[in-house]
Amino acid sequence: MAEAAESPGDPGTASPRPLFAGLSDISISQDIPVEGEITIPMRSRIREFDSSTLNESVQNTIMRDLKAVGKKFMHVLYPRKSNTLLRDWDLWGPLILCVTLALMLQRGSVDSEKDGGPQFAEVFVIVWFGAVTITLNSKLLGGNISFFQSLCVLGYCILPLTVAMLVCRLVLLAEPGPINFMVRFFVVIVMFAWSIIASTAFLADSQPPNRKALAVYPVFLFYFVISWMILTFTP
Amino acid sequence: MAAVDDLRFEEFGDAAASLAANPDTTTISIEDPGDTPKHQPGPPGGSGREEDDELLGNDDSDKTELLAGQKKSSPFWTFEYYQTFFDVDTYQVFDRIKGSLLPVPGKNFVRLYVRSNPDLYGPFWICATLVFAIAISGNLSNFLIHLGEKTYHYVPEFRKVSIAATVVYAYAWLVPLALWGFLMWRNSKVMNIVSYSFLEIVCVYGYSLFIYIPTAILWIIPQKAVRWILVMIALGVSGSVLAMTFWPAVREDNRRIALATIVTIVLLHMLLSVGCLTGPELTSMPTFLYFIHGMPTTVGCQAVPCPHPRSEPVNPGLPRSGTCELNCCSTGQPMKQFLSLPTFLMHQRWTISQHPQLLQTKQLQQPS
Repeated sequence: MAEAAESPGDPGTASPRPLFAGLSDISISQDIPVEGEITIPMRSRIREFDSSTLNESVQNTIMRDLKAVGKKFMHVLYPRKSNTLLRDWDLWGPLILCVTLALMLQRGSVDSEKDGGPQFAEVFVIVWFGAVTITLNSKLLGGNISFFQSLCVLGYCILPLTVAMLVCRLVLLAEPGPINFMVRFFVVIVMFAWSIIASTAFLADSQPPNRKALAVYPVFLFYFVISWMILTFTP
Repeated sequence: MAAVDDLRFEEFGDAAASLAANPDTTTISIEDPGDTPKHQPGPPGGSGREEDDELLGNDDSDKTELLAGQKKSSPFWTFEYYQTFFDVDTYQVFDRIKGSLLPVPGKNFVRLYVRSNPDLYGPFWICATLVFAIAISGNLSNFLIHLGEKTYHYVPEFRKVSIAATVVYAYAWLVPLALWGFLMWRNSKVMNIVSYSFLEIVCVYGYSLFIYIPTAILWIIPQKAVRWILVMIALGVSGSVLAMTFWPAVREDNRRIALATIVTIVLLHMLLSVGCLTGPELTSMPTFLYFIHGMPTTVGCQAVPCPHPRSEPVNPGLPRSGTCELNCCSTGQPMKQFLSLPTFLMHQRWTISQHPQLLQTKQLQQPS
């Protein structure tokens, strides 16, 4: 009984203990223990995911989540009408993007009290409360998308604007001038259009057909405000 | 069975008209001709009100009860209750916006566009757009005025968004609340034919703010004359929409009260327009000076006299325009103070005697 109880709980050990191995250690008075291999000889891999994710290494867990996030980034960068973003929604990607954007939009603390630029908390609040408001709006208009799916899509579609922010920061290292501004303006406009196209590709289908424009306009306003914050960023 | 009933001609006045209007009506006739034996299903999607007591009322109360019940059938803590306020299509929203932009003297905005279906989509998103338009155009006009100056450091004043949001949303919700309360009170004294529900008033106010969005965007143009013309046009259009909407509601009242109501509505609207459009500039001083004097000024910053006369100025360099960055003294008290408007105006002078370091920079700048 001891061997049979041990082997199912320990998938890591490959070699099963031989039968009756510990039998000699057991002092048997009168009972002859009924022993044998109760487990199935070939460990079935079908139910592995239920128990094994608890025992896998941390690296596996993190890499799996990162791969899922990366896959969704690819879907945003090349928007096709696919269901991956909607079906397996997660909020890790939006969190990473929002924190990155807010950190980059923050100014140094040298002149922060005289500055009117957005601070970390303001950007964070704008992004998340803006996304929540747009989601509520689309649900109230009768869309059949779930709350978190919509948050997921809106968050992931900030990726082009985060890329624009990175580019703008690099361009701002050069000397200021009208060319500098034109380059930044062009990059931000292109990324803004990309965000809108990506998010409408995912969201537009879930709206009733005669209200699509009503549901898309707040998305436009949201990304416009973020683009404005990126464009007017001066270090 | 419905086909047979449709062909049968029945003698009931209202019922026949409603049958003609609604060929989908299934009818059941009962022996008693006095009652209305009509068994009307509600409009498509309506609740199936087929209880027996419905047969006893006359047709008008039947219809109104059906329509009213269909609107607000869910209790207010469910999501469906709030969905009834967003029951508009794209073309309806566009029609309402068009109606607010082109007020026609005979037509009442509420009766024409909103009557059956006040929505909250328009007011909410028009206010949101207006908030961002005001903030962005305020920043842009600030930037354009100081375009050539080397010492100008552009700051996007983010505080303006929160202030603008508070003002616009408070106006769009509290003023309709007050107006609705006032109209209800007058209704209890004087019987008015036309009365509006709270949501309809919110709807009118929300859509009437739409004209300010292009006005705020065009406010970037730095010419004073152009700006005041824009304000006049915007005020005229939206004020007339409001006045024409509310005139029928107060018309039967005492003449003076009616006029006072309309004048108050227009006055509040004027306060909002002037406040919102000139506010973003008033809070940044150089453009305030420009606005007052009408000429470009290169004076960067107007300093408040240092309240610590024995201390030394911390920032001896050239003051940067756009933001008042003079710290007056080593105690670190900032010199720029947001005073009340009269003292604000009074203090806008250099006090050079207390800042010897600024004496040599004085000839670089024109005194205002």
